[in-house]
Amino acid sequence: MAVMLEARGLGYGYPQRAVGRNLDLQVRAGEVLAVLGPNGGGKTTLFRTLLGLLPAQAGALLLDGQALDTIARGEVARRLGYVPQGHAAQFAFTVREAVLMGRTSHVGLFAAPGAADRDAAERAIRALGIGELAERVVTELSGGERQLAMIARALAQGARLLILDEPTASLDFGNQVRVLRELRRLAAEGYAIVFATHDPGQAFLAASRVLLIARGGARRQGTPEEVITAENLRQVYGVEVRVVPIDGTNVCLPVLTA
Amino acid sequence: MTLRPRAVVYAFAALGLVLLTVLAFATGRFPLSFAELGALAANKLFGAGYALPPSAETVVLQVRGPRIIAALLVGAALAAAGTAYQGMFRNPLVSPDILGVSAGAALGAVLGIFFSQSVLVIQLGAFAGGLAAVAVVTAVGASVRRHDPILALILAGIVIGTLFGSAIGLLKYLADPYNQLPAITFWLLGSLAAVAPRDLAFALPFALAGLVPLFLLRWRMNLLSLSDDEARALGVPVTRLRIAVVCAATLMTAAAVAISGIIGWVGLLIPHAARLLVGPEFSRLLPLSMLLGAAFLLAVDTLSRTIAPIEVPPGVLTALIGTPFFLWLFATARRSWQ
Repeated sequence: MAVMLEARGLGYGYPQRAVGRNLDLQVRAGEVLAVLGPNGGGKTTLFRTLLGLLPAQAGALLLDGQALDTIARGEVARRLGYVPQGHAAQFAFTVREAVLMGRTSHVGLFAAPGAADRDAAERAIRALGIGELAERVVTELSGGERQLAMIARALAQGARLLILDEPTASLDFGNQVRVLRELRRLAAEGYAIVFATHDPGQAFLAASRVLLIARGGARRQGTPEEVITAENLRQVYGVEVRVVPIDGTNVCLPVLTA
Repeated sequence: MTLRPRAVVYAFAALGLVLLTVLAFATGRFPLSFAELGALAANKLFGAGYALPPSAETVVLQVRGPRIIAALLVGAALAAAGTAYQGMFRNPLVSPDILGVSAGAALGAVLGIFFSQSVLVIQLGAFAGGLAAVAVVTAVGASVRRHDPILALILAGIVIGTLFGSAIGLLKYLADPYNQLPAITFWLLGSLAAVAPRDLAFALPFALAGLVPLFLLRWRMNLLSLSDDEARALGVPVTRLRIAVVCAATLMTAAAVAISGIIGWVGLLIPHAARLLVGPEFSRLLPLSMLLGAAFLLAVDTLSRTIAPIEVPPGVLTALIGTPFFLWLFATARRSWQ
């Protein structure tokens, strides 16, 4: 499968403060990459760099084989979709209007979205099965519904590579499962997915690859089975965890007694 | 929330505006009947003969006409600017003077009055002062790095506004209490009483220069209500768009303030009310906001010249109407932003 996003020797962070160095990473179509790491470990900084919102401090960052910083912002938006953590809605846009905003890079500067854009937004809404929410206002949605609407917005962009910053944060259990299911389904359709999470178990459920970032920048990368081990989790999070196989997958079981 | 109720809202607003305009022409110290107004309009438009005293024509064309047009223009401009600022700063409590336009315009005008300049110079001073204040505020906001850019802008606006406010206070203290001080007070409270056709010709191009970009960017404006990262990831050059909108909204506000003085509340209240009626989508919100703003200020100005033997400053009336309305909105309607 085609490599959609590639980092070679990527340094990310700020001019005075490097957050991570020398990261090599490939994300292919159909892959789900889970990014795990403790709070303050630099996940968000990495994501902002991958999105081209922060300039890379070193190395190369390629989108479809082309240096990301040489691609026009609008063109990046047509290839790379971003689902922010907990979209803070200030105004009562309807879900349909919010999803339509995903079409920005397809709409002329002085124009309003046309029939093709409306169609794309409708398709994205249907693809996530939130048709009945289309006329609801985003400020009144539950966290899970809003997250699905934001994923729909990223799909409406036409992007085949999605970066999601903790898409299951502060969702109830059912909504976490729903979001993970959507991520897997999208990958099966050929989307490439990068998502951050605090739950290592989600990597076994939904990811094909894992990037584990420790505070200080040490990293491990590989399949969930290779990376999510009791030893690695102890090193990165400083807690005891048992990784237990059940029904052909693994679960992470924290050990609370010392 | 389908198309039809919205169309009804626009139709009502437009109809209300037309009726109010006719009413405003008819009422005042020199009342005119609708028949007289109709006869005058027929004469001016189609050359039909009529038998009215010449004073009626003077009242309509020289006195009430410019004043009514000014009220419509200033109301629409303040409402449009307020709509843009509220969307851009993601905050429905923001008004057009958030970046110090009013404070700068006031200082410019008060300086003009203090140095006994002509009306035109005072207006130019107001206009230039408004633009200068926003230029300083945006420069300060942009130079403060490592802060949320919007917070930096708003804080800079508050600080510069306060500074200009002290300068105005000083000028009031030093001003001649018999000639200049009443003029300054009159100006700071806002008034449309002295509007001449020349003032409108001065302000209209600037108001239009501000309105055209807002109209063209009407859909893209919605994207400014997202966080900067989100909007950028959707392909929007956020900083450039925000500067364009700040310039446009400032031009409109400065043009309005230059002819009417400072009339508060319109730019805060009207966009808010319009958003309750048609939702936050900017391309629907902007026209309704302008219609309501024009109607509101016309109503206020008509009241201000008719309810008492002396003119009540419209800024006082907007505050009297605005405060309870806003408190009511605040207490009952959370839907529009939360």
